[in-house]
This record gives sequence, C-alpha cells and structure tokens, in this order.
Amino acid sequence: MFDTSFYINQVIPALNKGLLVSLSLIFPSAICGLIIGVIIGTLRANGKGIFSKIAAGYATIFRGTPLVVQLFILYFGLPNIGIYLSPYLAATLGFTLCSGAYHSEYIRGALLSIKKGQILAAQALGFSQWSSLVNIILPQAMRRALPGCGNEIIYLIKYSSLAYIITCIELTGEGKIIATKTFRFTEVFLAVGLYYLIMVTLAGWFLKWIEKKLYVPGFGKNR
Amino acid sequence: MLHSLEVVISSLPYVLGGAVNTVAIVVGAMAFGFFIGLPLSLVQVYGNNILKFIANIYVWFFRGVPVLVLLFLFYFGLFTLIDLNISAFWSAVLVLGLRGGAYQSQIFRGSIQSIPEGQLKAAKALGMTDVQGILYIILPQVIRISLPGWSNEYSIVLKDSAIAFVLGTSEIMSRTHFVASRTYEQLAMYLCAGVIYFILTWAGVYLLKQIENKLKIPGYTI
Amino acid sequence: MDYKSNNNTLLEIRNLTKVLGGREIIKDVSLSLDKGDLKVLIGPSGGGKSTLLQCINLLHIPDKGQIILNGKEVSFKKKKEILALRQQIGMIFQDFNLFDHLTAIDNVAIALRKVKKLPKKKAFERAEIELARVGLSDKLHAYPAELSGGQKQRVSIARALAMDPVVLLLDEPTSALDPELIMEVLSVIKNLSESGMTMLMATHQMSFVKNIAKEILFMENGMIIEHDTPKRLLSKKSRTLDFCSKLA
Repeated sequence: MFDTSFYINQVIPALNKGLLVSLSLIFPSAICGLIIGVIIGTLRANGKGIFSKIAAGYATIFRGTPLVVQLFILYFGLPNIGIYLSPYLAATLGFTLCSGAYHSEYIRGALLSIKKGQILAAQALGFSQWSSLVNIILPQAMRRALPGCGNEIIYLIKYSSLAYIITCIELTGEGKIIATKTFRFTEVFLAVGLYYLIMVTLAGWFLKWIEKKLYVPGFGKNR
Repeated sequence: MLHSLEVVISSLPYVLGGAVNTVAIVVGAMAFGFFIGLPLSLVQVYGNNILKFIANIYVWFFRGVPVLVLLFLFYFGLFTLIDLNISAFWSAVLVLGLRGGAYQSQIFRGSIQSIPEGQLKAAKALGMTDVQGILYIILPQVIRISLPGWSNEYSIVLKDSAIAFVLGTSEIMSRTHFVASRTYEQLAMYLCAGVIYFILTWAGVYLLKQIENKLKIPGYTI
Repeated sequence: MDYKSNNNTLLEIRNLTKVLGGREIIKDVSLSLDKGDLKVLIGPSGGGKSTLLQCINLLHIPDKGQIILNGKEVSFKKKKEILALRQQIGMIFQDFNLFDHLTAIDNVAIALRKVKKLPKKKAFERAEIELARVGLSDKLHAYPAELSGGQKQRVSIARALAMDPVVLLLDEPTSALDPELIMEVLSVIKNLSESGMTMLMATHQMSFVKNIAKEILFMENGMIIEHDTPKRLLSKKSRTLDFCSKLA
C-alpha cells in the first residue's frame, strides 16, 4: 500500500520545489503585513479625523471579505482597468493587505489596553511624548499583541495555499499537479498537509519561544 | 462602465441564489462543527490521557492543514477511497465542519476552563453526579461564554466557504466566477461578490451580538 | 483519640487519612458529632481543615479510615452511597461557589429538581422558603453578580439547607467577606445551631467560637492535636490559646 518510491521520486522533489515558492510568498507578506498592521493599528488607536477613519474602513473591508475574493480582484479584476499583476505579485500583495488588516486589530487592542495612568506617570517623570511611546508604551503593546499577531502569521502560512487558485504554483499547486497526473489524491495531499503541519508547528514553537523570552511575571493577567 | 453595471444587475438574482447556498454551507458546517467541538472540548478538559491525546491530534491536524488542502484531500482523496459518494455541497459542509469542530473545541475548552472549579465541586456537594454537574452547571455557562468566540468562528467559516468553489459547489464565488469569465467583467463581478460577503459577515456578527445581549446575565463577564 | 460513640452520635469519622500529591494532608483523624452539635476546626492555614471537610463530604475520597453516618458505614467505592452521603451532608464553601448563570432562587432549586427530582413548582416553593429563612426574600431573582458577598453566602447556605442535610460542613464561611458583612452570615449560622442543626465549621471568628461552639478541634499538620470545650481550652496554656492570641 505504502509506495516509498512514489514519494521519493515524485512527490517530495515536487513539493520541495513548491515549498520554496510558498516560503517566498510567506516571508515578504508576513513582514510587510506586520508593518502595515502597526501603522494602521496605531492610526486606529490614536489617530483622529480622516486618517483614523480610513484606517478603520480598510480593516473593516479586508476583514469582512474572503481572501479568495481579494485575490480574484487583484489578479482577474484589475486587468479590466489596465493593471496587470503577475500571479506571484498579486498573491503577495493580497496576503500583505489582508494580514495587515488583521494585525491592525491586535495592535490597536494592545495599544488601547495600556492604562492612561502610565502615560501620565511617564509625562510626570519628564518623558517626552516620543520617548514615552518608545520606552513605556511599545514594550508593553508588543507583548500584548504578540499572541494575536503570531496567530495571524500562522494563518498566513495556511492561507498562502490560496495562491494556487490564482495560478501561482506553490506547495499546494505542485501537489495538485502530481495528484491529477497520477490520480493519487490521498497520498499526495496527506504529504502536502504534513508539509503545512510542519511549517505551522515550527512557527508555533518559535512564537512560544519568543513569548517566553519576553515574559514578564503577572503582566497581562489583570485585564 | 455601463456595461459592467448591466452585467452585475442582470446576474444579481443568480449570484444571490449562490448566497443562499453559501449560508446553507456555513450553517451546516457550524452545526456539524458544534457537535464535534463540544464533546472534543469536554474530552480535552475532563478526559483521560489517551482520549486527550487523540483529541489533541485531531485539533492539531485540522487546525494545521489549510482548508484548500483539506478540501482536495477529502473530496478527491479520502471520500473516494471509502466510496463515499457525496455532492460537492455536502463535501464542503463536511470538511468545513470537521475543521470547524477543531476550532470550536478550542473556544469551548477556554470557556470551560474559565469557570471557577468550585462550581463543579459545589454541584457535587449537593449530590449531583459529574455528568449532571457538567450538564446543568458547566454547559449552560459555556454556551454563553463561547458566544463571542462563536461569532468570530462564523466570520471565519463564511470566508472559508468561498474556497469551496474549487469543488464546484454552486455558491457565491463559483457563480460569480462563472458570470465573470463569460462576460469579461471580472472586476465588477468580484467586487459585487465582495460586497455580498461583506454584508453577510457583518450582518451575521450583528445578529450573534443580539443573541449575546439577549442571553446576557447581569454582571456576568463575557 | 478517645471518641466514644453513643446513641446520639450522628456522624463519626475514624482514623481518616488522605494523601494528596505525595504528601499526607490528613493524618489519622477521628472525630464525632452528636445531634445538634456545633464543633469548630481551628488552626493555621495549610493545616488540613479544608481537605478534612472535603473528605467528610467525599469530595476527596479518603485513602484510609471510616465514615459512619447514622450508625451506618459509608462505602467509599460505591458511587450511589457517595452521592447519597453528599445529599445528606451539606457543604458551605469559603468562596460561595454559587452557579453564576442562575438567579438566587434557581441556585437553590436546581439540585432539588435535578438531584431530588422534585417537580419545578415544588422546588421553587421550597427554594423560596429557604431564601426567606436566610432573609433574602427580596433577592429571589437576583443573579450572583448582583449580590453582596454576605448575600451570596446566605444563598449558598439556603442552597445547602434545601437538600435537608443532617449535617452541615462550613469551610471558613466568613473569611472572604468584608468585616461589616460577617455578622449577617454568622447570625444565620447561630440561628441554625439554635434550631438544632448539626454543624462542623472551620473558622477563625473567636468571639463566635467562644460563645457558641460546643468544642474546639485544633488542627495542625493534618492532625487534631487538641480538642476540648472553648472554656477549658482557652483558659489554660495550650497550643490553641497560643494560636488564638495571635489572631486578634
């Protein structure tokens, strides 16, 4: 039943190739998404007027629609108005914009959870606004946002599989090609699933490790 | 521009028909997920080590593998392997339900663990069995505490249901895709799909919020 | 221990031992309660008072020893006997443990309905009577979060009494309460004692102990090391007197 040579000769080489494409989608999207999330989240938490409204609108729209739709608009829709994106670029852009919206939610929550009294206390000690942001607010907000943002990156790893739908052939796409060719869907997709499980589990361990490194006794418990 | 609008309007009834199927998939998947997730969470909290281990493996698998991969694995792979001949629609319900069960179990587990241990002890001190204590004291509270998590789960399942179009399920996405590729009005059609999902997401979240308020108990922190 | 049972003995504990996490929390403890007795457990925290009370109610199953209720030994192995014993022995917890999703009257009625299988109407009638007895007729439909600590503890007493227990165990029922709320709970307990309820209570309320308790059991390191009437125990040099003088 278990066909080792099928895995060694066909499945694993193809999936490894796909894995590289997946990773090249995930890393830039995760980093850019986080940056967008911090900007949007800060605007939503502190900003006033039009900018904070735009930021809130952006987050609401991207969190309220499926990633598949966003990807389809970017890849199949934009050519209607003369904008042509490669599958890879459309996928990376879609992942970045979508995960940025979710990150902003956690960043905003983290910023809002820090008690006003601490800002007052910092000001009373003579901290400048910038200095109290960097030294007092951010170190706390970062810790508060970490579990949520970490989870979001794990989501991103899994949803990177949707790149296949807009013809960017990554891990899932390579799997689909072999499976269709050989009609061995169960074997191939169990292997594909295992690749994702390993990625997600490793990322989970890494995040746990960071959380542990940044752990402060009693912090975040009295919310 | 005018042509886009014409296409969107004339195809709207067809696409909205797909929305009915989308809602049916989501409701079915969430109900199925509930009946998997609740026992799973009870096992994770009260079960013995072997049961806990099995439950943890289940959750690890279904939370770690992408929906798209699960759909391919089950629809083209496992379902044919066991000669289960079901439609794309029911496959989507089943797969999203199996996966949702893993996520829902995490919601319920958190809720169970947030209830002070003393309450089960008090129930036992009154002569209730473990089962009675869980049934009459723990679960009614778990359902209430879990509602916000459930509303979040709804929005996730709704958006994931769009992925089921790869199986050819006749929901919003596949109907939009069908019209778009024939009329070459991709942008307009996918924006239209986006609007429908947007409305469904926030309308559902609002509805669940109303239920939450209705079940609210004074001073009971959810 | 030289406890002798007599015709009036309601509850007898013989040589109870309980190991938790590899440590002997209760070591060979014996005691007995006659009908109408109010005995109190005193001693430093961590001395095993809570565990002893939970063992008597079989919330913890003792490792060794016997529990004899109404002259009949209770088997620790038979689930039916355990459940029956718990119904007959009421328990009041330090932190109330009210069911947060139920109103006061539902908190009292739920065990009547689900354990005693009373019809809904009967259960509510009974619950109303018990809540009136603890002075909470005006709070029947309040949720736990809407009650003060003292009111919560009175609901939990009503909840226990509704099951018609023959013995009531109280685990520091006033220690989680603000000072001004302690009296309302103690007076309910005092009334209960006067009406003949048999009780075993862990407490540090010395004035209450001196005036009402029939006997003090001083517990330390899992053992009852002294036991006598408050008058005698507190008038000579004793470990109990030493401990109590530090409480004030």
